[in-house]
Amino acid sequence: MPPVSRGFRHLHRAPAGQEDRVPPGQYVTDGFPVLSAGPTPHTPLEQWTFSITQGGQTKKSWTWQEFRALPAENVTTDIHCVTRWSKLDTMWQGVSVDTLLDQVEHDAPYVLAFCDGGYTTNLPIEDLMGGQAWVAYYYDGQPLESEHGGPARLLVPHLYFWKSAKWVRGLELRDHDEPGFWETYGYHNYGDPWKEQRYAGD
Amino acid sequence: MERTALRGGLKWQTATVASVTKETAAVVTIELDAPDWPGHRAGQHLEVRLTAEDGYQAERQYSIASAPGEPVAITVERLENGEVSPYLTEELRAGDDLEIRGPIAEYFVWEPADGGPLMLVAGGSGVVPLRSILRHRLRTGSDVPARLLYSARTWPDVIYRDELDKQPEGVEVSYTLTRGRPPGWTGHAGRINQALLELVGWPAEANALTYICGPTSFVETAAAALVGLGYPPERVKTERFGATGGH
Repeated sequence: MPPVSRGFRHLHRAPAGQEDRVPPGQYVTDGFPVLSAGPTPHTPLEQWTFSITQGGQTKKSWTWQEFRALPAENVTTDIHCVTRWSKLDTMWQGVSVDTLLDQVEHDAPYVLAFCDGGYTTNLPIEDLMGGQAWVAYYYDGQPLESEHGGPARLLVPHLYFWKSAKWVRGLELRDHDEPGFWETYGYHNYGDPWKEQRYAGD
Repeated sequence: MERTALRGGLKWQTATVASVTKETAAVVTIELDAPDWPGHRAGQHLEVRLTAEDGYQAERQYSIASAPGEPVAITVERLENGEVSPYLTEELRAGDDLEIRGPIAEYFVWEPADGGPLMLVAGGSGVVPLRSILRHRLRTGSDVPARLLYSARTWPDVIYRDELDKQPEGVEVSYTLTRGRPPGWTGHAGRINQALLELVGWPAEANALTYICGPTSFVETAAAALVGLGYPPERVKTERFGATGGH
């Protein structure tokens, strides 16, 4: 039995009727906290590209203009940060990763997303397909602010939010799984919030 | 890169409160007696889990305030409308039990072998993991020179004031107060900016190893200013706590 803290009470309740949208161990916030390991990079849009690579080769690359010309989708979704906040009904606009992957031939089972500032995160490719993932450049109707990952970030809302890599610049297709940044520093390799896969070994 | 093998993961363990020390009107340091604590590195955090009488549980992350080798301690600021921090800062007493697990995160850490010079930049309770680093430096006899710039609202809001006043040779502590100054104040005033960081920090050529911790806007400002001064981004480590309204 865990020790009971007398005088400690449940104050932060999920909005009525939405309790089942909040994964275990999370609380709902209206704010939009930021978690980053280093300074916010600022890549000028004229230098920005998004690439799909494999084995050191670029299979496809888009300039910012080309990227913005791709079909966009509006997404309203809940997001869950490993630091225990969840935010409901966040509104994004971006390009489905399906749209990007459709333009290359691929059979690699893993992806390492890479970013300005050297950040990386790893995912099974199937978690990026089937309408589950986007490269988002609008948040709440506005261009995505740099501190939240602008000009564009990955959005993979069914995993903890560190998988939704800020300042994303491309996807490296891989035959073997390669731990990304936080995955190397003690966080879980996959990060399912409904299974509370927060840290290595969870 | 170092990688800790965490077979079986981080287990919750019961810890007993050894002491609760008031640091400021809104901040306490909680020292824990945690027999199963595996040890930690300077700059890491842990998770606290509280259980209410009706079985409700809440977990939060806190930076570890003590150095490796010292009893594990956290320093907690009471947040308005918080759920966990008001309990920890006002209700908790020595002898109470709670659950912890950790340590967590292996990036915002410092070891003497990482060298320096160290540039530490703290906003408010962001000083907590930096205090762990300074204590680790002292306890290991490291001679890595360190500079700390600490931004607080007012002088009474400064956490660890007595300890920071008594730093050994090689550590320089500067303060800036953003709201109100005591009579005769000779420190800096106002929010941090590039000019202040240039004045009290290391020159870019020193290639300082930098740790910044504080609220998001503070960290954004400090990190951008230091990179603007020529600090290499890959040697600037940041830790932010947002206005989550939840702690």
